[in-house]
Amino acid sequence: MTGAQIAAAAQRQDTVIPRRRGREAAAGRLFTGLMYGAVGLAFLGLGAIVRDFASDGVPVLSWDFLTSFPSRIIPASSGIESAIVGTVCLMLICAVLVVPLGVMTAVYLEEYADPNRWFNRLIEVNIQNLAGVPSVVYGILGLAFIVRGPLSLGPVLLAGGITLALLVLPVVIIVAREAIRAVPPSIREGSLALGATQWQTIWRQVLPGSIAGIATGVILALSRAIGETAPLLVVGAGVSLRFNPDSLTSSFTALPIQIFSWTQDADQEFVTRAAGAICVLMIILLLMNSVAIWLRTRYEQKW
Amino acid sequence: MPENLKDQQAAVPETAEKRFVSTHEPAPAPVMAEPIFDVRDVAVFYGDHRAVTDVTLNLARNRITALIGPSGCGKSTFIRCLNRMNDLIPSAHVEGQVIYHDQDLYDSKIDPVQVRKRVGMVFQKPNPFPKSIYDNIAFGPRVVGMKGDMDEIVEGALRRGALWDDVKDRLKANAFGLSGGQQQRLCIARALATEPDVLLMDEPCSALDPISTGRIEDLMLELKANVSIVIVTHNMQQAARVSDMTAFFTVELDAGERHRTGRVVEYAPTDKIFTNPDDERTEDYVTGRVG
Repeated sequence: MTGAQIAAAAQRQDTVIPRRRGREAAAGRLFTGLMYGAVGLAFLGLGAIVRDFASDGVPVLSWDFLTSFPSRIIPASSGIESAIVGTVCLMLICAVLVVPLGVMTAVYLEEYADPNRWFNRLIEVNIQNLAGVPSVVYGILGLAFIVRGPLSLGPVLLAGGITLALLVLPVVIIVAREAIRAVPPSIREGSLALGATQWQTIWRQVLPGSIAGIATGVILALSRAIGETAPLLVVGAGVSLRFNPDSLTSSFTALPIQIFSWTQDADQEFVTRAAGAICVLMIILLLMNSVAIWLRTRYEQKW
Repeated sequence: MPENLKDQQAAVPETAEKRFVSTHEPAPAPVMAEPIFDVRDVAVFYGDHRAVTDVTLNLARNRITALIGPSGCGKSTFIRCLNRMNDLIPSAHVEGQVIYHDQDLYDSKIDPVQVRKRVGMVFQKPNPFPKSIYDNIAFGPRVVGMKGDMDEIVEGALRRGALWDDVKDRLKANAFGLSGGQQQRLCIARALATEPDVLLMDEPCSALDPISTGRIEDLMLELKANVSIVIVTHNMQQAARVSDMTAFFTVELDAGERHRTGRVVEYAPTDKIFTNPDDERTEDYVTGRVG
């Protein structure tokens, strides 16, 4: 072939759009199928768990179940009032501690910290790592430093709340940073160019613009804390308490603790009570997540 | 020689100030415009990189000064020296002097927040706050602690921004509901609400259609009676239409040829820049041969 012929052949080839190749199409279908399979498996697992505890637990649910104290002897009259009150108190303490601390840390890291300074990088890396530390380790921390050690609070409600706050703090910092970062730099520039100070800019523009994202993240973090069992066991939460906590320094129990203790019981009737408590915990979780989703869709700022 | 003409000649010494005699149009103010900014040997660095250098200009009061030039020539970097917005970039630092009312803006005793109260800025992309139209305007007066009736301040600013008639019935509506052109006029009105001395505009029309652009240009010509305006623009027709003085920036490779540095080639009345520039590079640029 001469050079001209080659060129001509190349040109002819270029004008023909290549047909879809069978193998590629099959690979695409296979991959799609695998992904549907993965999603289906996840739903299947979730469905099986829900079915399992709902079939046992739903018959247990009643007003009496919610408003009775647990009993170690008579399963039928055993309820979860002290556990619900304890969980709600823990969540409130946790939120009160974690919101200001988490948001202030996030503001510092996003708005003030020079990312090139070594200690700021150290803080960042540490927060990322702390978010991945197993919760039982936080329990040990709580036991050593809060229940005993420097703070010596004893196994009380406040100690449980602080421990859970430490547990979710890294997560709250991370979501708050993301929410703050979502406020475009042009808003900060616009504010500063009008003669606002950095603090005025943060307080009047950046935080209002990110508050929905922060609130959503805090609720999701709390919904992680609400199911935590290990750290509360380690700090010494009570089991089957027949009273509600009445101060920050009273003994406490929580839903996951009550569930854990009932599932350990030899009496099958107590295990059924555990399924009922799981239903209650799941309903609280779903409510919290619904509020988070509602907050996000209703108030999140579109830029 | 008539007596008055002689006087005028005597009043114009052979200095840089002579260049302020605008031939562009009969100015409302005296022929000799007094400078509002006296910029001396300004260079801006990002880290070690000299982004723009050797800028020496007098910016005239109640005039519109246009900064033109190809991308990367440091126009935007330079305009941000005039209200110390470069302070927001941690790696940036400025050398030289920016004299404003006899004070060097880069003196260590000067608070950049106070500078920005007097030197307003409008950005390339309209950046209204996610608040009501009213609160957008009121934000500046509130943070700087302006006294007076806020409703009046807001109405005054919106009137000066030529937006009052568009929005007077929906002051409580979210500013994001406005069109792009209206949003930019809102940003101008917002900047005017704190009654600045100078308005810096960094390509204010580059995101707008020609009709909105025209309205903003009309607005600028109205505003210059009260404020001095410095505008960065890529649109040479715009510079020719609205400005009294034009500075042409260009970008050159450093001696080491590793970085590009912007500098001023020519600064003169707009008419001269567009019809009879001294420098060949200016002529090539304004006639569209390069850039």
